[in-house]
Amino acid sequence: MSRTGLEAPPLVVSPDIVATIGETPLVDVSGLSPNPEVRILAKMECDNPTGSIKDRTAKSLLDDAEARGVLKPGDTIMEPTSGNTGISLAMISRVRGYKLIAVMPDNVTEERRRLLEIYGAEIVDSPGETGSNGSVEMAKELSAKEGIPMLFQYGNPANPRAHYEGTAAEIIRDCPEIDVFVAGLGTGGTLMGCAKRFKEHRADIQIVACEPLQGDPVSGLRSLDDGFIPPILDITQLDRKLLVENMDAIVMTRRLASEQGIFAGVSSGAVMHTCARVASTMERGTIVGIICDSGWKYLSAGIWTGDLDVVEETLDNGVFW
Amino acid sequence: MSTVKIPPVLRQAAGGERTVEAKGANVGEVLTALCEAHPAIGKQILTSDGELHKFVNVYVNDEDARLMQWTDTPVGDDDTLLILPAMAGGQ
Repeated sequence: MSRTGLEAPPLVVSPDIVATIGETPLVDVSGLSPNPEVRILAKMECDNPTGSIKDRTAKSLLDDAEARGVLKPGDTIMEPTSGNTGISLAMISRVRGYKLIAVMPDNVTEERRRLLEIYGAEIVDSPGETGSNGSVEMAKELSAKEGIPMLFQYGNPANPRAHYEGTAAEIIRDCPEIDVFVAGLGTGGTLMGCAKRFKEHRADIQIVACEPLQGDPVSGLRSLDDGFIPPILDITQLDRKLLVENMDAIVMTRRLASEQGIFAGVSSGAVMHTCARVASTMERGTIVGIICDSGWKYLSAGIWTGDLDVVEETLDNGVFW
Repeated sequence: MSTVKIPPVLRQAAGGERTVEAKGANVGEVLTALCEAHPAIGKQILTSDGELHKFVNVYVNDEDARLMQWTDTPVGDDDTLLILPAMAGGQ
């Protein structure tokens, strides 16, 4: 039979779910831009298998450990995480035959615990009031005491490499005219890997980090000496670093869903809020922001439905980035 | 006078205050005035060399001053400085 028009795409069968990580779409969300001359594009990392950008990180960390001969099937690994990296590591561990122990704050959402359990991970609780710092400390101690290898996303070059080789390369291919890149600052992996790739592409691309203004209940350090800067983070690679209040992040998370049909987590709302803030001061150009994860893991926090003040208080009391 | 927001970890050193007023034309001057008014804060945020502790972040109107002009970043009367300890993020 003769065919007209476009050829059907070839049938593609992935060898496993891990092989489907990456190659996420870029979506125009310029409706969120306060400046008609500035286009805002969203890199949909929520489209990864477990719904977050951390699938890229976890795959890179495990690939690296396997290449170095640190891991063999059946081994146990440990990682400090407030959820997404643990979920990604647990998913890939199921496919590749590892066992994961995730150390995480005891005040993360219930959905994250459930997902980790579904993927067969063991959860060790760290005190919620010490946030991710507490998880990092506890995981380091346990790893040393029990002799369990830790991939340590905060200090492992395989973390930024995932974004240098994947996330940023895809963005440059799909949108070479990018002027500003915005991502959330956590471990620094996304920002460091992308910054290096973007600056090689065009040195004048602005790298903007946004970070949460954490609520008092989760910033309970005993002293400044308990502070923590991820070893992979070099802030001189950033052009700007902006704080986002929880209320602003919630409002934009709701707008993403109601105006753009994008159901994303709170940190993506913070990123899009920052994109809009930067757009308002630009003459013209293109901003690409990262949609770090989908909204499923935050349903219990009432982000889309609850009274704004109540939701803000919920966020102030938990770890959402 | 600019407003300086104090994080929980330094609140006791600021006599329990969440915000204090301090005078100065740039970040360095405001922090110096703050440490003179509240020496207990100075003991925590400054090293023995008088440098700012590496785990101290200072924001001017929600923007990290280290990526602006750091202690030379100009500060006006209507500006708000926020001191925050460096915390781990990431998921």
